[in-house]
Amino acid sequence: MWRSRRTARSALQQLTTIAVTLLGLLVMTFIIGRMMPVDPVAAIVGEDATRDVYENVYRKLGLDRPVWQQFLFYLRDVATLDFGVSIRTGQPVLNDILHVLPATIELATFAIIIGAGLGAPLGVMAAVNKDRWPDHVIRVFSLMGHSMPIFWTGMIGLLVFYAGLGWVGGSGRMATFYIGLVPERTGFLFIDSAMAGEWDVFWSALNHVILPAALLGYSSAAYITRMTRSFMLDQLNQEYITTARVKGLSSRKTIWRHAFGNIRVQLVTIVALAYGSLLEGAVLIETVFAWPGFGQYLTSNLIIGDMNAVMTCVLVVGLIFITLNLISDLLYRVFDPRTRAS
Amino acid sequence: MTDPILDIRNLSVRYRGTPDPAVRGVSFTLGRERLGIVGESGSGKSTVGRALLKLLPTAEITAERMQFEEVDLLNAPERRMLKLRGRRMSMILQDPKFSLNPIQRCGHQIAEAYRTHVRASKAEAKAKAVEMLAAVQIRDPERVYMLYPHEVSGGMGQRIMIAMMLLTDPDLVIADEPTSALDVTVRLQVLNILDALVRDHGIGLIMISHDLNLVRNFCDRVLIMYAGQVVETLDAADLDHATHPYTRGLLAAQPRIGGDRSALPVLERDASWAQTGATT
Amino acid sequence: MTAATQPRRMPQSLIALRNILAFLMRSPTSAFGLVVLAILILTAIFAPLLATHDPYVQDLQNTLQRPGNGHLFGTDELGRDIYSRLVYGSRITLTIIFLVTIVVGPIGLLVGTVSGYFGGWWDTVLMRITDIFLSFPSLILSLAFVAALGPSLNNAIIAISLTAWPPIARLARAETLTFRAADYISAARLQGASATRIIWKSIMPMCLPSVMIRLTLNMATVILTAAGLGFLGLGAQPPLPEWGAMIATGRRYMIDHWWLVTFPGLAILAVSLAFNLLGDGLRDALDPKQMNKR
Ligand SMILES: Nc1ncnc2c1ncn2[C@@H]1O[C@H](COP(=O)(O)OP(=O)(O)OP(=O)(O)O)[C@@H](O)[C@H]1O
Ligand SMILES: [Mg+2]
Repeated sequence: MWRSRRTARSALQQLTTIAVTLLGLLVMTFIIGRMMPVDPVAAIVGEDATRDVYENVYRKLGLDRPVWQQFLFYLRDVATLDFGVSIRTGQPVLNDILHVLPATIELATFAIIIGAGLGAPLGVMAAVNKDRWPDHVIRVFSLMGHSMPIFWTGMIGLLVFYAGLGWVGGSGRMATFYIGLVPERTGFLFIDSAMAGEWDVFWSALNHVILPAALLGYSSAAYITRMTRSFMLDQLNQEYITTARVKGLSSRKTIWRHAFGNIRVQLVTIVALAYGSLLEGAVLIETVFAWPGFGQYLTSNLIIGDMNAVMTCVLVVGLIFITLNLISDLLYRVFDPRTRAS
Repeated sequence: MTDPILDIRNLSVRYRGTPDPAVRGVSFTLGRERLGIVGESGSGKSTVGRALLKLLPTAEITAERMQFEEVDLLNAPERRMLKLRGRRMSMILQDPKFSLNPIQRCGHQIAEAYRTHVRASKAEAKAKAVEMLAAVQIRDPERVYMLYPHEVSGGMGQRIMIAMMLLTDPDLVIADEPTSALDVTVRLQVLNILDALVRDHGIGLIMISHDLNLVRNFCDRVLIMYAGQVVETLDAADLDHATHPYTRGLLAAQPRIGGDRSALPVLERDASWAQTGATT
Repeated sequence: MTAATQPRRMPQSLIALRNILAFLMRSPTSAFGLVVLAILILTAIFAPLLATHDPYVQDLQNTLQRPGNGHLFGTDELGRDIYSRLVYGSRITLTIIFLVTIVVGPIGLLVGTVSGYFGGWWDTVLMRITDIFLSFPSLILSLAFVAALGPSLNNAIIAISLTAWPPIARLARAETLTFRAADYISAARLQGASATRIIWKSIMPMCLPSVMIRLTLNMATVILTAAGLGFLGLGAQPPLPEWGAMIATGRRYMIDHWWLVTFPGLAILAVSLAFNLLGDGLRDALDPKQMNKR
């Protein structure tokens, strides 16, 4: 009972933190929206509207009210999921975003699989060989991934592997002649094409996702490698590692079964956070690969100054970050026996 | 003492990156008996224990002879050591809070020790582990088998550790301060369990401690270490007749139940003890 | 006590600096970082001497020339010499580094020291704000800020600074907390020194070294973000020879004229890698466990 009360208190604390962060997020998007150099009324009514029409819309948007009231209106809109209409597409912004998000999630998911699949073993290897040559090589390799301007690597990758060697597909999610072939059900191309039995499309999609995903994955592998290394170093110094060796376990089993087992939860947290920052990388790489995802939607709206779209995009990314943080926190609670109530 | 379990001559250990060896010229033999190693903190007791199991990746070990039964430890490759460790020689570590893997059930960790060396099904290993838990006087061993290390008390944790290390019936057990992390009330209980098991199975025991009284009661012979060297070797019964001034100092510094209540004398040290070394 | 340590502080910190430099030069990777940064600074200073052409002068007879033939790295779509543009571009990169440092350093120091020194309510509010900024992806936030402020090099620098100060503030706060209890701070307080004076005279100078190191560590991210903004057309505007913007224009001609994007990219990669390697070495140099081992 004592345990459950403590859990309840920490859950409450966490809820407060989330609420404050959410509010901060909304304030920030609100400020950004106010600062945009675009006249929101003109954007709706057009440049040559009559003064009457203009005034009317101006009042309807609440722009004659004090700023704090405008903020309250904004909160109300957000609460009712009313994010306004995109000037560019004429669609509700939320619909637009839900439409482009699957492409980005697909890309980021492939990338994180590559990043974690590469980063975690490399980090373990670096820790086990601390201060010897594998450690140094891995460190330079991972810092390299951290230092690449991803938009540039994307272009070089296209030049080499697409234009030069022809190993991978070029821009976009699939070859152009497949576009529109598969009915869109979930928005996830791999799922849709598999459901429709269009395996050619499926392969084409795989062929196209592999290069941008590998590059994004490499850049996040840098972070994952570094964190895995430092987590492993902590564990390898623990007494229970000695116990495992005294039992006669080989170093491979000691490392993977005992030390790695103990960093799994931390690692999942790191991977969750890396997944969030992949969305950032996606903004740039989607531009290079003409990937019809969230990043491209955001940048194209930034450039024409579509206020509603930009505010909502920032809000969505912030929400995704908060959610990922929350999930990784929950994972700790669920998977670490020490924090799990018995 | 016909067939010694251990025969160590002139063992020295130097940690990489340090100029001086942490252990110098240590020699002793061990039969089916209980040997205590006593000395102050930093005198190199644990280093000796770990060197015997070759558990020091960052240290250089040199010796004239390091014989464990028929095995030449000095030249044994790691592959050979894997077969010895946990099977024929094992070690009980100081603090169960740190020496058990926090995210694995205690029982699984015990069973793992068995399955590493004996081809057995999971069920067999579990049965064996539960039996061993009962042998270290844990009531309700089936329940304890399923507990995580943070859910057991220190005394129980150390009994789990003993069960894990004695499960394969080794010939040599090194206990590195097995009770110094425990409450005074459970110390004796844990020591008695260990003592009984060691006697029953005829295991050679090296008990590392800085508590002279404890070693006196539970060991047959005692090595006194100072600054990485053995300064004196004695039968436990003859401790009162120790000749070396450091041992005498240690003895005088021990509180004794029923002794007089005058202030304990401060342990004196002499630089020459570290230079002359063992005079056995 | 303060009087005795005060005059010695300067030479001591110089000695520390020399030791750190010596330590860095011993590791090949951080030595590489130092050398690249030295080259960057020298290039920026001596740009007029090093450049072979005017970076802005177009030569429409000579567009998209391959490397060689008097143009070391070739020419771009307007016939400008890419090598010379890269050389002058180093000045922009250095400007970004410099401006971000002098904006972020003071903001981070101020927020961190005030929060740490006064504690309580100040601390709660300031750190909550810091956390909110930290919980954001910094590139997206900079993007949104630039979009709001309008695309230009200066606005890009402001936007980057707005997202780069929170880690500095956190660090400065942690440092302040360790110094706050020190004897000479209490002594100064007893003598009636005002809080402003104590923070300005005693605490900020103590926080400065670790803040500088942290800034170095973050500089790679700053460079990449600036280049990314330039690439998206939200940073430096043409015809400025900003490396990211050069890549953006070169992209159109990329398939047949690889040199337009390759060389600016390599320049960005070299500088950000240099900062990362240097930061990595600095972390080792200042880790007491590492120093003892030598
Ligand atoms: N991994 C290591 N690297 C370098 N030096 C070490 C290492 N482990 C121990 N030492 C040094 O070796 C010496 C002996 O240490 P050891 O742990 O064997 O002492 P001990 O007698 O077991 O002490 P305690 O009673 O505190 O456990 C000490 O001076 C210690 O600083
Ligand atoms: Mg010890």
